[in-house]
Amino acid sequence: MSEHALMSDPGTTGRFGDYGGRYVPESLIPACHEIEAAFRDAWADPGFRDRLTTTLTVYAGRPTPLTPARRLSRELGITLLLKREDLAHTGSHKINNVVGQALLAERMGRRRLLAETGAGQHGVATATAAALLGLEATVFMGERDIERQELNVRRMNVLGAEVVPVTTGSRTLKDACNEAMRHWVASVDDSYYCVGSVMGPHPYPWMVREFQRVIGEEARVQCGAELPAGVPDYVVACVGGGSNAAGTFAGFVGTTARLVGVEAEGGAAATSGRAGVLHGYRSLVLQDEHGQVREAHSIAAGLDYPGIGPEHAHLRDGGRARYATVTDDEVVRALVRLARTEGILAALESSHALAWVIRAAETGAVAPGSTVMLTLSGRGDKDIAAIKELP
Amino acid sequence: MTLEEFLIARRDAGRSLLVPYVTGGIRPGWTDVVRAYVDAGADAVEVGFPFSDPMLDGVTIQEASDRAIAGGATVAGILAELAALDVAVPLFAMTYSNLVFQRSGAAFCAALRASGLRGLIVPDSPLEEVGELAGAAAAEGLDLALMAAPSSSPARLREIAGRSRGFVYAVTRMGTTGEGGGTSPAVARLGRDLKGLTDRPVLFGFGVSDPARAAELAGHADGVVVASALMRRLLDGTGPRELGEYVASIRRALDHREPDEQYAPLPRHRRRPDRQDQVGPLPRG
Repeated sequence: MSEHALMSDPGTTGRFGDYGGRYVPESLIPACHEIEAAFRDAWADPGFRDRLTTTLTVYAGRPTPLTPARRLSRELGITLLLKREDLAHTGSHKINNVVGQALLAERMGRRRLLAETGAGQHGVATATAAALLGLEATVFMGERDIERQELNVRRMNVLGAEVVPVTTGSRTLKDACNEAMRHWVASVDDSYYCVGSVMGPHPYPWMVREFQRVIGEEARVQCGAELPAGVPDYVVACVGGGSNAAGTFAGFVGTTARLVGVEAEGGAAATSGRAGVLHGYRSLVLQDEHGQVREAHSIAAGLDYPGIGPEHAHLRDGGRARYATVTDDEVVRALVRLARTEGILAALESSHALAWVIRAAETGAVAPGSTVMLTLSGRGDKDIAAIKELP
Repeated sequence: MTLEEFLIARRDAGRSLLVPYVTGGIRPGWTDVVRAYVDAGADAVEVGFPFSDPMLDGVTIQEASDRAIAGGATVAGILAELAALDVAVPLFAMTYSNLVFQRSGAAFCAALRASGLRGLIVPDSPLEEVGELAGAAAAEGLDLALMAAPSSSPARLREIAGRSRGFVYAVTRMGTTGEGGGTSPAVARLGRDLKGLTDRPVLFGFGVSDPARAAELAGHADGVVVASALMRRLLDGTGPRELGEYVASIRRALDHREPDEQYAPLPRHRRRPDRQDQVGPLPRG
């Protein structure tokens, strides 16, 4: 496998090695073809790219800074740089993808955005982009997540989006995905399905990675200015479906940096999943011995997902990226530690990446003096209620 | 006799085809439901292998699937019960890709064949992804039926009609499985287009909620698949005997359907004159 081929255009079949593809009902195939053609056309159009870049700059607050975590670095004996997606508009990296897809939907003449959401960050971002462009938004959210993320539900409502509670299955992100797809089949003529991560049928895993690539490309340039070696030893990001990690890795896959994706112990598709087909793509999926998809469990609603983006499965198989897990306890301790050393309140999702860095530095798995670039994918205001006891 | 040969023979005998569905393992003794369907005049029976995340299914089949899984239904368990069942019409499987590819498409097809099934349909494996599975099914003598949708382009319909085996499953609407919905000009057109492309039976599914609707849809194709209307009754406590009576009422509606002016004159390609009208019980695979 040549590095050149990694994280490039997966072609018309949407395959990343053995993974990806387009496992959707015939009813949705024309829509997938139409979106792929529209994206290829838009992505090659300087006018579209300009409009996206301008919107991300003047509206979403890009570029986001690369912040040296000075006190935590000293404690850990490493150089830790934080890519601050928490400072993007709506408080997470989700806005990058959503602005791109909403502009595409508008270009395609669609009136309504459909979205699934777990923690609510993608739902909020979708509601935001819909408001910006004068589109309608319908967001599917598991009933359990609605309870856990009440603040984000209210944000979506204020922004004018309809939030549809999903009461089937585990009532979390995977069921919200099923319901969004079912709704999409029935409304494909006027609605655009704004997928929130590097998952779903082709072209979504590729398209979402391309819209998130801005994280990695900015960080690559910023690391060049910040680090004597120009490139960090490690690039680390959390992985649920894996969109912030995919965007981050895309900027570094051609460098010498070691890429690390960090999953929740209870939602670790890359670490303990088997090959399977879920939500329109083939990848690694948490499932029982009979092939029924298992519910994922994590303190972070955004990582409660039993699959992983197909490109991550491919990067894992080829050894270009490695995937690790951390426990809920480690995550909460990492969140509080970053808050107290740097004055940054990270999302529980992002705190997974941080928890791995802390453990790896403290055990010596990441050697003293190493440089680490970590994508801090979102801010933690939404998670305060979930942190019941301070360590 | 393959599923396709069986269905063509029955159709060519002048019959509208009726294919009722049951979720495997939905209740103890669920194979009695299959028997009741066959006794009521089913031409084939579709057996659902329940999956945790059935993307194309509406609330009724979702609930049926959840209930079956909660009751311990597995692919192996359902196949074992089907292997012990001897009925005079072919059975075929409906399930999702994740169950098919647990080991491999070839292993799944071999297991179906060993239990006497004659075909399968996998709604989340469209033309783009179906190549390997089609080969595996053919190697086991199974018919892999493909779905056609109102949104399918003429070029895709041609390819679907050409590559589908057993029959072509035409969905009546853009949406999930479930009851309700009226016949639109698009549905009539879909049936007519497919009939013009293939001699394989064309069956309508989705929204075949009662005998009158079944008869109406059958006027635009070769027959119907009835699923949610039956599973809703089963979930509400209806037993095999009454389900059989309901299927018999659909059978009667299909048998007494007025000949359709638009449909009747359509030529049937490649019809073989030596096709027998009467078919005996299937030999076990």
